[in-house]
Amino acid sequence: MLEQLPLYEQAILTLAAMVMFTSFALLAQNRVVPMIHIFAWQGLLVAVTTALVAFDSGKHDLYLSAIMTIALKALFIPWLLHRLVKRLGIDREEHGAEHPATVLMIGAGLVIFCYYVAQPIEQLSASVTRNTIAISMAVVLLGMLMLISRGKAVAQVVGFMSLENGLFFAAVAATHGMPMVVELGVAFDVLVGAVIFGVFFFQIRDSIDSLDVDQLNRLSEQDE
Amino acid sequence: MTALYLTLLIPLFASILLGVFGNHRGAATFNVLATLAGFVASVWLALIVLKHGPLGGEAGQFHIDSFNVYLIALTALVGATTSFFSAPYMAQEEANGRLGPGRLRLYHASYQGFLFTMQLALTTNNLGVLWVAMEGATLATVLLVSLYRTPESVEAAWKYFIICGVGIALALFGTVLLYFAAARVIPDAEHALLWSVLAANSGSLEPVVMAIAFVFLLVGYGTKVGLVPMHTWLPDAHSEGPTPMSAVLSGLLLNVALYALVRVKILTDGALAAGGTHSPHLAGNLMMGFGIVSFTVAGLFLHRQRDIKRLFSYSSIEHMGLMTFAFGLGGPLATFGGLLHMTVHSLTKSAIFVAVGHASHIARTQAIEGIRGLIQTQPAVGWGLLIGTVAIAGFPPFGVFTSEFLLLSATMKTHPWLTLPLLSGLGVAFAGLFRHLHPMVYGERPEGQVAVPANMWPVVLHLVLVLWLGISIPAFLADWFNQAAILITGEGLL
Amino acid sequence: MNDWLLALIEMALFVALAPLFSAWVKRVKCWLQNRRAPSLLQPYRDLRRLFAKQVVLSHNASPVFRATPYIIAGATLLAAAVVPFISVNLPTAAIADVIVLAGFFALARFFQALAGMDVGTAFGGMGSSREMTISALAEPAMLMAVFTLAMVAHSTNLSTVIDYLLAQGLVLRPSLLFALLSLLLVGIAETGRIPVDNPATHLELTMIHEAMILEYSGRHLALIEWAVQLKLLIYGVLIVNIFFPWGIATHNSLHALAVAAGVVFFKLMVLGVLLAVGETVLAKMRLFRVPAFLVLALTLALIGLLSHIILEVG
Repeated sequence: MLEQLPLYEQAILTLAAMVMFTSFALLAQNRVVPMIHIFAWQGLLVAVTTALVAFDSGKHDLYLSAIMTIALKALFIPWLLHRLVKRLGIDREEHGAEHPATVLMIGAGLVIFCYYVAQPIEQLSASVTRNTIAISMAVVLLGMLMLISRGKAVAQVVGFMSLENGLFFAAVAATHGMPMVVELGVAFDVLVGAVIFGVFFFQIRDSIDSLDVDQLNRLSEQDE
Repeated sequence: MTALYLTLLIPLFASILLGVFGNHRGAATFNVLATLAGFVASVWLALIVLKHGPLGGEAGQFHIDSFNVYLIALTALVGATTSFFSAPYMAQEEANGRLGPGRLRLYHASYQGFLFTMQLALTTNNLGVLWVAMEGATLATVLLVSLYRTPESVEAAWKYFIICGVGIALALFGTVLLYFAAARVIPDAEHALLWSVLAANSGSLEPVVMAIAFVFLLVGYGTKVGLVPMHTWLPDAHSEGPTPMSAVLSGLLLNVALYALVRVKILTDGALAAGGTHSPHLAGNLMMGFGIVSFTVAGLFLHRQRDIKRLFSYSSIEHMGLMTFAFGLGGPLATFGGLLHMTVHSLTKSAIFVAVGHASHIARTQAIEGIRGLIQTQPAVGWGLLIGTVAIAGFPPFGVFTSEFLLLSATMKTHPWLTLPLLSGLGVAFAGLFRHLHPMVYGERPEGQVAVPANMWPVVLHLVLVLWLGISIPAFLADWFNQAAILITGEGLL
Repeated sequence: MNDWLLALIEMALFVALAPLFSAWVKRVKCWLQNRRAPSLLQPYRDLRRLFAKQVVLSHNASPVFRATPYIIAGATLLAAAVVPFISVNLPTAAIADVIVLAGFFALARFFQALAGMDVGTAFGGMGSSREMTISALAEPAMLMAVFTLAMVAHSTNLSTVIDYLLAQGLVLRPSLLFALLSLLLVGIAETGRIPVDNPATHLELTMIHEAMILEYSGRHLALIEWAVQLKLLIYGVLIVNIFFPWGIATHNSLHALAVAAGVVFFKLMVLGVLLAVGETVLAKMRLFRVPAFLVLALTLALIGLLSHIILEVG
């Protein structure tokens, strides 16, 4: 039971719930600058959870992963996105979903689905983080929901990055991190991906004069 | 090992060098030379494996066995011939004003970078590094799709990035679950992601976790293979990017993604078979399902196409569906056919795209309506396109016929009722291809259409190879196919 | 000491302290806004004044209009009797069920809405419909938070819940954290504070609660005002005693009761300061944004429930 765990293990579970809350907050957020800030908080929370798991399990590689996560997900990528938003001049637009209440309800449904799918996996793990496997899967699917429900490029990219947060969290929760070479490779890929996304925003804006990706619809199978 | 390092490092260094000097006059020539050097290194590697057997040891970071050795050489070959085609082609595009020298630098650097990630994905033993390489391949090519900066190409590139990015992210989740299952069985954490170690211990992996992991990996890597319904990026990306890139995407990336999928399937089959669950053939059945749906849908979509590159990219989806079905069916006959199909499809499709590139230069458009009278204008291009399409549609004596025949025989043995959808699908695809092709090669030659400087010998080389593979497979290659079939299904054909 | 006498004393204390709590919140707000605050006894003076005044009724006021202030005051008083204030070990603990509490508040709100529409003025009807919209969205959030509590403590009885949480000691529960946040938001909506409703507004277009009581005067108005202050205190006591239960008396000795009174007094002071800070920092939302606010409360409660099931069990 929860009350028998030491305090820092309870803190791991509480932080995991807060990470899930930031995913919901991202789904509900309409403006792009607060969205980037919530994403930065999510990265920070995931990093702190990783550090606590490192302390708990004694795997010191995880401290390095936590530092990498802070540097990349909580500092560099939000800074990059912020700079892009400023240069594109879109910080005052509405970037919300069509029906936010429905999206939130679907999100809650996804969390329940993830709990169900993760049950057989959780039964096999003996670590304190086994309950957080479902949470990490939920963060991944909520990131995908954000990608689907948004029509503006920056919001989609934030959803994509939040999905990557969930994947990193899943690695920490299920297996206490992956081998260092893989973690470095994944971090490198995310970094390059973020930079390329930045390049893309300008290309999209130059070609259709807005960042509304719903308007990217010239290539279709319909007969003209 | 030197051969292995050379195969990997040549494209990497070439990419870095071209990133700095790529807008120089001789960049295209350097590109060709680099790919030729890579091809030589890969042939050397293949010879070493031929003489000494699998490379990489029990738990090394690299693992070359009969499954990937010919794929490595094939990748290097297609990369080389396509770069030979791309040199005058991109020069012509630059002359037409579609791109500037800065973008050429990006093009050349990304081309070599893409080849590096392909070779890394093929040679690595570490499933995590395989994932990193697949994601790296996406990143290397995404800026190439939007190279021409038209609204359509930006849209295609965005779609490619988002769909493949999400797909690959799901594959990473599957890899994490795989690692979770592996870490419980293999004590050394550093070895728990090595394929060779996992394959040796696949019987003790937890079946339920492996099944869930396989589903995520199938959806994830299946996105890059182009399985329906995750295929929507493929026609756009292949048609909007420059033609050499379409050739390598169709010929190489789809193959490597399927290779990754089959590697994971070997592990899943071992885990499910030993685990005694109620669905030991889950992996195969899922692959069969996705394969046949892709095959059917793509065949039907072929008829509606108006753009020549979209037409052939749907043909790629159709063939990848067929290959996925073959590997899902299992058994030595179908697996041998699938392996052969991977090889010949790659060669044929890249040859077709080379011919298509020249055809679109002649007609100055990519629309099927606008391309007419190719044989009259430039017989080499016209005949190349015609014979290439004949080959890909499955006519004997080309290699595609042989592999499809093997697959149909295997289907008739195990799932006879599936033969009918396969045959009708093949017929539908054949009809679709030729219906569009006939006016293009035989129609009335329009006014003022002249021949362009074209380099058709890559096409000739590839088609001759496919013909050779169709008539008589060389002994060492058949041996490798056989050993790979043993690796994948447990029993060999020969 | 006789437990029933203690229960009566506790209820009287509740009723007597309600205007003081509102005055304290107002005082802190004035301090923050650099204004001179009225005396802490001012609400008592206002109530005395109102009780002395004559009741003016409209010609078409029905018996419902005349009965409503008494019903509201009575229901809120019963709710005050039920909530553990200083001690958890009282005879009234048997009916101290959270659902019963929600029922009392619903009864009061129902009659308030009826009375608002009773006289037939435009503003009364507008206030009633707004109030009903907000409560329709706030009820699910509150019940979800309550269910989370009930799942954690295996009971909906408030005394049992507080006993259970006291026995656990300091435990970081994500479910309770989110239930607390959700109840804070729901409390703001139900008691009509900024950012949902401005308790000091005189602009009819921004009124929700004020619009419903526009027609009341004299002792009727006094009773309703007192009931509003009592409701705010009840929500405050609920939040401080359930989520921070340390200090409450588990056995009814004089020493424990005195300590408990001091501790709960201090906790309510801190909560009052937080409420005042929140009201000063935030601005009142447009009515059309209130559903989003309440969906946030519902989402928080839902996450609390899901956290309990996923993270805390097994």
